[in-house]
Amino acid sequence: MLDFLLQQLITGLALGIIYGVIAVCIVLIYKSTRVLNLAQGELLVFGAFFAWTALVVWQLPLPLAFLASMVATGFLGFLIERLTLRPLIGQPILAAIMMTISIMVVLKGMILLAWGGAVYSYKPPIFPKEPVQLGTVVISQEYAWASALAIVLLVLFMYFFQRTRAGLAMRGTSEDHQLAQSLGVSVENVFAQSWIIAAVVSAVVGIVLASLFSVDMGIGSLGLKVFAVVLLGGLESIPGAIVAGLIIGVSEMAAAGFLDPIVGGGIREVFPWLVAVVVLIFLPYGLFGWKRIERI
Amino acid sequence: MGLPCGTLNETYKQDMAIVRTRLQWGLLLVFLVLLFLLPKFLNDYLLSIINGVAIWLIAVFGLNLLTGYCGQINLGQAAFMAVGGYTSAILATRFGLSFWVVPPASAVVAGLVGMLFGLPALRVKGFYLAMTTLAAQFIVTWVIIHGGDITQRTYGISLPRPNIFGFAFNNETRYFYLIIPFALLMGFFARNLARTRVGRAFVAIRDNDLAAEVMGVNLFYYKTLAFVICAAYAGVAGSLWTYYLGVAHYEHYALMDSVWMLGMLIVGGMGSTMGVVFGTIFIRGLNEAVTYGSSVLSVTVPSMAGSAGASLGLVTLGLVIILFLIFEPRGINHRWEITKHTYRIFPFSY
Repeated sequence: MLDFLLQQLITGLALGIIYGVIAVCIVLIYKSTRVLNLAQGELLVFGAFFAWTALVVWQLPLPLAFLASMVATGFLGFLIERLTLRPLIGQPILAAIMMTISIMVVLKGMILLAWGGAVYSYKPPIFPKEPVQLGTVVISQEYAWASALAIVLLVLFMYFFQRTRAGLAMRGTSEDHQLAQSLGVSVENVFAQSWIIAAVVSAVVGIVLASLFSVDMGIGSLGLKVFAVVLLGGLESIPGAIVAGLIIGVSEMAAAGFLDPIVGGGIREVFPWLVAVVVLIFLPYGLFGWKRIERI
Repeated sequence: MGLPCGTLNETYKQDMAIVRTRLQWGLLLVFLVLLFLLPKFLNDYLLSIINGVAIWLIAVFGLNLLTGYCGQINLGQAAFMAVGGYTSAILATRFGLSFWVVPPASAVVAGLVGMLFGLPALRVKGFYLAMTTLAAQFIVTWVIIHGGDITQRTYGISLPRPNIFGFAFNNETRYFYLIIPFALLMGFFARNLARTRVGRAFVAIRDNDLAAEVMGVNLFYYKTLAFVICAAYAGVAGSLWTYYLGVAHYEHYALMDSVWMLGMLIVGGMGSTMGVVFGTIFIRGLNEAVTYGSSVLSVTVPSMAGSAGASLGLVTLGLVIILFLIFEPRGINHRWEITKHTYRIFPFSY
């Protein structure tokens, strides 16, 4: 029993870290541009499929394939920001939501057109498959590598935000667009930068997820599922996204372990959404979100 | 809202009239007569498209009340349709209820579910609210799949054809005469609601909910009411859609359908009755055209067969919504108003 608990806990933590990184991508874009990117899942899918093409079809070595996918997805993020979201600045929130949903739909269609919607896998596999024995607990080596990579990404994020000039500009922009602009920050550039960074990180996470599961459209559903994490953490908080990612990951695995036998399986798909609804009713701005003070 | 020259609104009643002049009454009558004569001229394929449009029109009318008038985003309209559809199927098969009671009962059940997911609307708005309704979409689908024998899991529930006084609705023409009165009545009710006290409260909430509250609009009551009405419309639409298809299946109420319904609002123009009509006809027509086009394409270009049809539809519809958002956020209805205005003052420019 204890082994089972520990097993679920470790898988949950690994999953939670990955959720956290995806959530950070969404929060990053929201903080600087005030747009909630519902097309996040399709960026993951695009990154994964592009890496598959680079790795298996073009026979590039692994680092180059990673790089190619990161560049391509980053460019895609740049295009999305420049072509579709820039014209919407100043429009109501519904326009931005509909725009990112439409982008999601169009990207999904284009990925299906380009890759045919089949299920692929990376050959050779990116992470070694053999599980590792730690005491009595068996840890999948893939999950270990994936969460290690996710932690590296998070550290890079933190460094970028706290220690670099561009990160400072981004934090300034998230506080107040006009104020940032008057202090010499190019808000336009920050918008583009945050989309590119989020897209590049999405490519990496997409490849990791695809090597954990398989290269198919299913990864895209994570892009929506992660919104439960973002809501729990609060839309404006990067540490919140990480903490909430861990909470959702662990509680999702716990729910899968304990509730699945009762309800007959599949609780994992819906559990984050139940959490999201409960959070929104009782804790509207999440754990670390900014309380909105409104004046007429 | 231009009226012909010399038509002055002297009373409040005149100002609020939906049909104002004799010419408008005449046009309405001609339209209704032509509408009810349509099955004489059209084949079953075209009629099936019209029936589909009319059913979705009902759901989008409801969505328009919630999103267009009350300003609350709803990404789960298809889920509320699914609730209505499954309620109908269960009531019709397990309890053998007749067609008289099933759609109203479905509306009530869907309305209650809508109320549940509308509750967070009091405290959150914008993106947060969009997420709650998105959650509704996933939770409802999950409950249906894991509902055991009640929802028949992934098999769907087949139900008998609707039957009124022994008159079975078993072909497209008969369905047409069943669905169109529903769509007309519910469209009229939605249009009428918009000009009552409730409708004005909705618009006040949309324009500025804090200001509305300060002026004495009960936010909790009206936001919840908007959700209930919206979901009840979806319930009726889902009920009719299930009867029309003859089976309740969760795949007929997917997330994409919720997205398309919001797309219909955007393309048509939010907060206007004609906008809903234009948008629904446009998107469903385009969808039909793409389906037809890709079936032709898959014959001529065999490599395009398979998933290409579905993906082509996604790309086309998504791009259309994107283009409307960028170039005409006020939708087709705005263009229609401009056209009417230009006609009215021809040959002058203003």
